Amino acid sequence: MDLDYFFRLFFSGLTRGSIYALLALGYTMVYGIIKLINFAHGEIYMIGAFTALIMATVFSFAGMPALAILVLSSIIAMVYSSAYGFTIEKLAYKPLRKAPRLSVLISAIGMSLFLQNYVLLAQTSNFLPYPSLLPRIPVPRFLQGLVSGPQLIIFSTTAVVMVLLTLLIKYTTMGKSMRATSQDRTMATLVGINVNRVISWTFIIGSFTAALGGILISSFTGQINFYVGFIAGIKAFVAAVLGGIGSIPGAVLGSLVLGMAEAFAAGYISSVYEDVFAFVILVLILIFKPSGLLGKPEVQKV
Amino acid sequence: MSLILDVQDMTMDFGGLRAVNNVSISMEQNEIIALIGPNGAGKTTFFNCVTGVYTPTRGGISIQPPGGDRESIKGLKPSRITEKGLARTFQNIRLFPNMTVIENVMIGRHTQLKSGVLGAILRGPRTRAEERKVLEDSYEILKKLNLGHHVNDLARNLPYGAQRRLEIARALATEPFLLLLDEPAAGMNPQETRTLEALIRKIRDTEKVSIFLIEHDMSLVMSLSERIYVMDYGKLIAMGTPQEVKNDPEVIKAYLGEEVSA
Amino acid sequence: MTLQQIKKTALVSLWFVFLTFPIMVIRVNTITQTITWRWHNMAFIALGTFFGGLLWRLALDRKPASARQAKQPEVLTEDPDVTDVKAESGIARRLGILRVKVAQKRTRRSLIALAVFSALLFPHLSSLYQTNIMITALIYVMLALGLNIVIGLGNMLHLGYIAFFAVGAYTYGLMHQYLGLGFWAALPVAAVLSTLAGILLALPVLRLRGDYLAIVTLGFAEIVRILLNNARNLTGGPAGISGIPRPSFFGMTMNLYQVSIYIYYIVLAAVVLTVFVVWRFENSRIGRALVAMGEDDIAAEAMGVDISRVKLTAFALGSLWAGIGGVIFASRTAFINPASFTVWQSIIVLSCVVLGGMGSIPGVIIGALGLILIPEYLRAFSDYRMLVFGAILVTMMVFRPGGLIQKRRRAYTFHVEEQK
Repeated sequence: MDLDYFFRLFFSGLTRGSIYALLALGYTMVYGIIKLINFAHGEIYMIGAFTALIMATVFSFAGMPALAILVLSSIIAMVYSSAYGFTIEKLAYKPLRKAPRLSVLISAIGMSLFLQNYVLLAQTSNFLPYPSLLPRIPVPRFLQGLVSGPQLIIFSTTAVVMVLLTLLIKYTTMGKSMRATSQDRTMATLVGINVNRVISWTFIIGSFTAALGGILISSFTGQINFYVGFIAGIKAFVAAVLGGIGSIPGAVLGSLVLGMAEAFAAGYISSVYEDVFAFVILVLILIFKPSGLLGKPEVQKV
Repeated sequence: MSLILDVQDMTMDFGGLRAVNNVSISMEQNEIIALIGPNGAGKTTFFNCVTGVYTPTRGGISIQPPGGDRESIKGLKPSRITEKGLARTFQNIRLFPNMTVIENVMIGRHTQLKSGVLGAILRGPRTRAEERKVLEDSYEILKKLNLGHHVNDLARNLPYGAQRRLEIARALATEPFLLLLDEPAAGMNPQETRTLEALIRKIRDTEKVSIFLIEHDMSLVMSLSERIYVMDYGKLIAMGTPQEVKNDPEVIKAYLGEEVSA
Repeated sequence: MTLQQIKKTALVSLWFVFLTFPIMVIRVNTITQTITWRWHNMAFIALGTFFGGLLWRLALDRKPASARQAKQPEVLTEDPDVTDVKAESGIARRLGILRVKVAQKRTRRSLIALAVFSALLFPHLSSLYQTNIMITALIYVMLALGLNIVIGLGNMLHLGYIAFFAVGAYTYGLMHQYLGLGFWAALPVAAVLSTLAGILLALPVLRLRGDYLAIVTLGFAEIVRILLNNARNLTGGPAGISGIPRPSFFGMTMNLYQVSIYIYYIVLAAVVLTVFVVWRFENSRIGRALVAMGEDDIAAEAMGVDISRVKLTAFALGSLWAGIGGVIFASRTAFINPASFTVWQSIIVLSCVVLGGMGSIPGVIIGALGLILIPEYLRAFSDYRMLVFGAILVTMMVFRPGGLIQKRRRAYTFHVEEQK
């Protein structure tokens, strides 16, 4: 077996997994709190990436240095994505708090369709080349040829975000409120948690990380169009379910498993079947663990 | 007389937690027995094991329907156990809220009927006769439980007491020989509880159904049941007539602080 | 509308101006390296969201009454079929009145007769183009009615329904290509195969609930689509199968116009059959058990309902219609490729069901007709139609979450004194 090839696939899987994780977090957090598959989440990611592209182009026309472009356009994109996440929730989900779950899902689907076409109409239907915003960093000698600089940036960024998020959820008041709300919304209200605010923050944080994922992956693949969010969104959702939806470590684990599975399937079997492989793994895992890898088994109170 | 229900040394573990510990309970035909105990003693878990919601970790559960053979029901699916003649109600009412009252009862008749998908679509004379029969039977059951005027109401619109009665009606529709009632009087006022008591007795006498109940309302338990089992921390701590149980020091200790009044 | 609210709306519209700034105002083209600034869009957004916001606010203010109405179980006291419509407003009120009217048996019969009659006459009164659109819409009615068995009655979220549609279409395509068989030979085979595929999918997922079921069904559909896409030797891959013949009618040769009308009547007959079967099924023993399972599976099991069997039945019966629809679809378009069977198609069928009203046959029919016909007639807006469509989905759900027509259970009458 070619060990180098194996490691190249491994790192490529890790890269995919990291990106899925940034997206899957948003799905899993929103799901944990309002039990909604937020179909529009993929569009948030797309809008984040688009905003970064727009701002970066404007700044580079203005002749700014590369690092300033990266930092400024990323921050603006993340702020905008969060604003979109916040607004979507207020507009399309909040009025439906007490509606049947499927209705909220349809509302999310409508929102997703709307946002795709909004970008399509306001920008373009074509694929646009995406500039590599990521700085060039040196790759340690022992990893040379196995992993690229941008890949290293992607997983280190993901790792940092995960750690920060875990700290946020574990130790801050908002994090505690989130956990309480996801366990029992009624109870959370009773102990004085402003549930609407918690939900808004969940969307804001989820959108923030989604935008980050969008910028990273678009810089990596070098292109973007209005439809990238939907496909990535479905994958990230699969990852979230694989890990056990509602569980944050589960989303990360699920994403890594999915990313690896796809990379190895593409590398050793055939790249056309990588998606089939991803879904087969999902089905197999769910058959044996119906609540996902780290999901708590649903205890039916009888 | 033969034992219609015979549970031998049953144990149920959830991970490290032993919810039911080596419990043996048996009952004879036409008996009304009760299982009591403080909250969290494992009573409902016991019911869930008997009715197939959980498969007990250890122990045996056998039944012998009147006029039938003794057989083990351990590990069977809940629907199979219901088919064999055990029916239950739930502690926290579990009706089909968006179906009408009569439909709730008609679901109870499910195992008594045969028609399949094809029959339903062709709707031949057999299916039609069966449908008419199930409607009539269900309506009869509703009338017996004093729910006749609610036929077409959605189950969730019923007053609380009527919902409890509908659960019993639905269970009776399965034509059980043993009815397991999980806290049938919960949330009822004394007036309603007295009516319920008469109703349960009437069911036992006219329908020839044995009754096994879990209940917290001591006045109901003491006046209704012929024998009482007491559980605490998953174990059986006492068994006997209401009088015996009431004076049992173990029971009084278990209920420390809780009033046991007859 | 108070001044306070107007002020608030103005603030909201300012927020939208900010929100849409990068996407709406700046347009970059990284190929030609140009930036276009479209400041006028800012004004459009400001005005649009301000007046839109006012309308939205007005509608939301009036919503609580109708929402309560929608949530409130129809009180079936005296006449079980008449609902109180006082509290409803606007469109909702009109629909409510329609509902009461529909509910009255005689009116209902004549309405059904009228619908069937106009459906029969439709192709003779309209153009070929209209007939073709209507065929598509009716195929979706079938799909929606089939999916309604799983979702509306069984309350199981199924996101891979289009896979069975693909099974039907490809069964016909392949049978024609390799065996030279025609429409009428393929129809029963496709029906059987799609039913089997439904059971095949249901078997491994019997234990899954809710969203886990949703994602596995979605995955199943994607697997089917990718396989079709990649098995080039068999299915032609992305190029698909073309030259699929139209249905034959005792060897008669028909021109395009005649054959469209013929297909129209075939699909109409199929829809009528579907409605009939679903209608009989939902008030039968198994149908009731399915509804009960959807409401509370543990209670249903405790009443002796074999959950696995009921689930399998629902999936099998649901998939059957998709298979039949697939054959008709293939014969209408004469060309199929995997692009017709994406997740989006599943989602559209799902939207038909939810928008129309889960579990309600007339609701699902209206939902499907609306969802397929509206974008067709929105072609006037060409580019904007999917945008508008998305907005309609959101607005509909916000203002009428239970769907256009709420499901209702059959009421039985007993000729006894205490019952009217």
